[in-house]
Amino acid sequence: MSGARVGVLVFPGSLDDRDMMRSLGLLGAEVQAIWHKDARLPELDGIGVPGGFSYGDYLRAGAMARFSPVMRAVLEFAASGRPVLGVCNGFQILCEAGLLPGALVRNRDLKFICQDVRVAVEDPGNFRAELPPGRTLVMPVKHGDGAYVPDPEHKPRVAFRYVGGSPNGSTDDIAGVANAAGNVVGLMPHPEHAVDPLLGSTDGAPLLRSFLAACLATRARR
Amino acid sequence: MSDPEVTDQLAREHGLSDHEIALIGEILGRRPTFPELGIFSVMWSEHCSYKSSKRYLQTLPTQGRCVVQGPGENAGVVDVGEGRVAVFKIESHNHPSYVEPHGGAATGVGGILRDVFTMGARPLASLDSLRFGPLEDPHQRYLVRGVVAGIGDYGNAFGCATVGGEVTFHPRYRKNILVNAMNVGIARADQIFLAKASGPGNPVLYVGSKTGRDGIHGASLLASAEFGEDTDAKRPTVQLGDPFTEKLLLEACLEAMATGAIVGIQDMGAAGLTCSSFEMASRSGTGIEMDLDRVPQRESGMSAYELLLSESQERMLLVAQAGRESEIADVFAKWDLDCAVVGRVTGDGRMRVRWHGQVVVDIPVDPIARSAPVYERPRAEPADLAARRALDLDQLPPEADPSGALLELLASPNLCSREWVYRQYDTLVQSATVIRPGGDAAVVRIPETERGLALSTDCNPRYCAQDPYLGAQHAVAEAARNVAVTGARPLAVTNCLNFGSPERPECMWEFAEATRGMGDACRALELPIVSGNVSFYNETAGEGAIPPTPTIGMVGLLEEVARAVPAAFRAAGDDVLFLGTTREELGASEYLAVRHGLERGAPPALDLDAERRLQRLLADAAARELLRSAHDCSDGGAAIALAECAVRSGLGVDAELPGSGPRPEVALFAESCARAVLSCAPAHTAALLALAREHGVPARRIGETGGTRIRIGPGVDVSLAEAHDSWSRTLPEALG
Repeated sequence: MSGARVGVLVFPGSLDDRDMMRSLGLLGAEVQAIWHKDARLPELDGIGVPGGFSYGDYLRAGAMARFSPVMRAVLEFAASGRPVLGVCNGFQILCEAGLLPGALVRNRDLKFICQDVRVAVEDPGNFRAELPPGRTLVMPVKHGDGAYVPDPEHKPRVAFRYVGGSPNGSTDDIAGVANAAGNVVGLMPHPEHAVDPLLGSTDGAPLLRSFLAACLATRARR
Repeated sequence: MSDPEVTDQLAREHGLSDHEIALIGEILGRRPTFPELGIFSVMWSEHCSYKSSKRYLQTLPTQGRCVVQGPGENAGVVDVGEGRVAVFKIESHNHPSYVEPHGGAATGVGGILRDVFTMGARPLASLDSLRFGPLEDPHQRYLVRGVVAGIGDYGNAFGCATVGGEVTFHPRYRKNILVNAMNVGIARADQIFLAKASGPGNPVLYVGSKTGRDGIHGASLLASAEFGEDTDAKRPTVQLGDPFTEKLLLEACLEAMATGAIVGIQDMGAAGLTCSSFEMASRSGTGIEMDLDRVPQRESGMSAYELLLSESQERMLLVAQAGRESEIADVFAKWDLDCAVVGRVTGDGRMRVRWHGQVVVDIPVDPIARSAPVYERPRAEPADLAARRALDLDQLPPEADPSGALLELLASPNLCSREWVYRQYDTLVQSATVIRPGGDAAVVRIPETERGLALSTDCNPRYCAQDPYLGAQHAVAEAARNVAVTGARPLAVTNCLNFGSPERPECMWEFAEATRGMGDACRALELPIVSGNVSFYNETAGEGAIPPTPTIGMVGLLEEVARAVPAAFRAAGDDVLFLGTTREELGASEYLAVRHGLERGAPPALDLDAERRLQRLLADAAARELLRSAHDCSDGGAAIALAECAVRSGLGVDAELPGSGPRPEVALFAESCARAVLSCAPAHTAALLALAREHGVPARRIGETGGTRIRIGPGVDVSLAEAHDSWSRTLPEALG
């Protein structure tokens, strides 16, 4: 997996950016932070959009971040077929930016939740190297706005589904989705918080490695 | 709009005594201006000046090998090895949280985070010690929901994990809840920043949020007086928090510090611009000249008085090297935060403030910051104390239904699962949390090292009410034990001393006794107190004071964080060991309160030497990787400790507790000190027992883990599912 060049976006209020960079680094990626005011991207094989509360999320989660200068470049990057992974607030931002269908709304019981969940893999688009359908993964969620609502016009490709019911009221227990092309994936659980055995589950590692494999595969094609 | 005329009556309305008003006249040789009166009133408030507590605080131990910075700065600093220091403090936000639970608790978290990152540390972990009135009371449930949501909303959006703390309920907190917020950050040992304003000619910079009219007189009128009928009217004195701006401020401050252009920095907390500038100048023996028209303002038409006293959040005052202002300004511009040069350091020891071209404040720094009045207030033991301490067990029948008692205790608000609370906190951000909330202490990895910190807060207010000296000692001992069961060595302490009005002799007596007990226990356990906070006036007219609540925040060090020991059982078929000795000590216990509705008797005796031996044994056993789990026995006794190990793991237990006499409740529920329950692989039992002998700790194998029942002799036999149900339902059912 070594050598995949991944940029992790840093918005004001990004919080899990360091965690994402650390985990991808542990898995062999060459990782760099991309400041939200940068309108041009360096040469990259993939982009990670991390969790947090971009711009405080005082309006609607992810609603402000989509207007950051870097997002225009991210749209072009995604359109070129290269992999983009959004986690938690990153997933919300990708939905707000139109890169993924649907939206994320307030949790069913109106409270922030932080706990481990189990998800089952369904159709993770191009991120399938180590994610056969049916494989289950334990990862933490930590969010206040994690209930996924599909866009009635675009049926999503469901990448991950909560096992045993969603913790947040997501429609059809959807935990993560892929775009039609399969190169953009977003999910609410945090794979970057599940790579180090000292801190709990390591089930996030196969997911992140699958993202990095997709990065290398598209680089090879280009 | 012109300032009102300063009269003695106006000064009294500012909370100043006649003696203090006379003293101001002596210092100035004239009547103060209105802004000056505001400054005196906040600087000499109990909250900022510690005028009633100072002489007791001076008796506390603050020295130790690990201490890099003791009390007097924004936070304490201790050496944790590998070139790192831990920066930590606990602080109260009690009155604001009662008046406006969400905003009060949120800004309490914000304030303590700033105290830590002002010193150059990145905040790593938060803990919150919370006290409420009875859970049955709908208003208390509103307060619990608001406080927990406020803590979560601030900490979660800022990006610092909330990993521990306590939540307890007692009728005497009904009209005065407690919210004590602790934070621990990590810095490089050679990159600590202090709150100093040295170097006459250096510019003074204001950074962060703009100043508004919120929180004016939070420190003097809200924190330094008891509640009366006008409590609701005080809501405007509660500040508004913005965790997003605080996160930007954190990143900008750490980046600005890295430029090397910062001489000193201090957050604007209580009493805002006034307190921060006076404290910085006082510490350096300098003066400051400030021009209020340059202060970034959120609203127009603010007076000098308002600008000086506003407690708007997310602001810092810093002193830079002359000529390097632009380096700092560039960093704050990158993060879209205000940054303005508002004044400069002078050598004449005076605070001179201009507003609209006029000098509105011109007063000497030191007499205000350092020579605030110090009081020795009258003390008197509460008249009913002896009667409250008396307990005749012969009046109580022996427990006839130990299983029922265990289930009732597990479901009681003070012992039940806290998951409803910590599930609302981000406990994981920054990838450091090795042991999550729910056990005795949380454990976090020190970033980029193999080391870890074990963190706990503790205080048993029922013990402190019955005997503040012994109760405060217990708080220290239990917090140390909580940290020790993870395998950590207790290192240093921060304290938050919550009491009633110092103007009442009984409260002052409780304060004197509690600080004496805390000092004695810390000396015996070689634990320096490096930071803290005093919160007086925790009472409401007609309702009486809170029980004395000297909360201890404990930091322990693990040299190898991978060897940290969790509290819950890990595997079926493990041996269960009991450490320590149970005595017939039911006074002030959870058992008496829950089962008999009694709050009587003396707290358990405390053997600090036995505590030390136990701590050393636990650290040694963890380092040798002999333990699978370790849990301290405290509130609710040994049976509750075993039941918690079981319900948290989903593994049953079959064990016989020592100390059984004619009263099963002694062995099961007595709260004797210096005890713990362990589990280990059977192959390690002999080695553990031998190690305990070496350390002089009584130890025995009492049973094993596994199965689907909790069988604890004498007399408890319940199903694991039933116990889990009792333990986990209470808070969700009450709070939704």
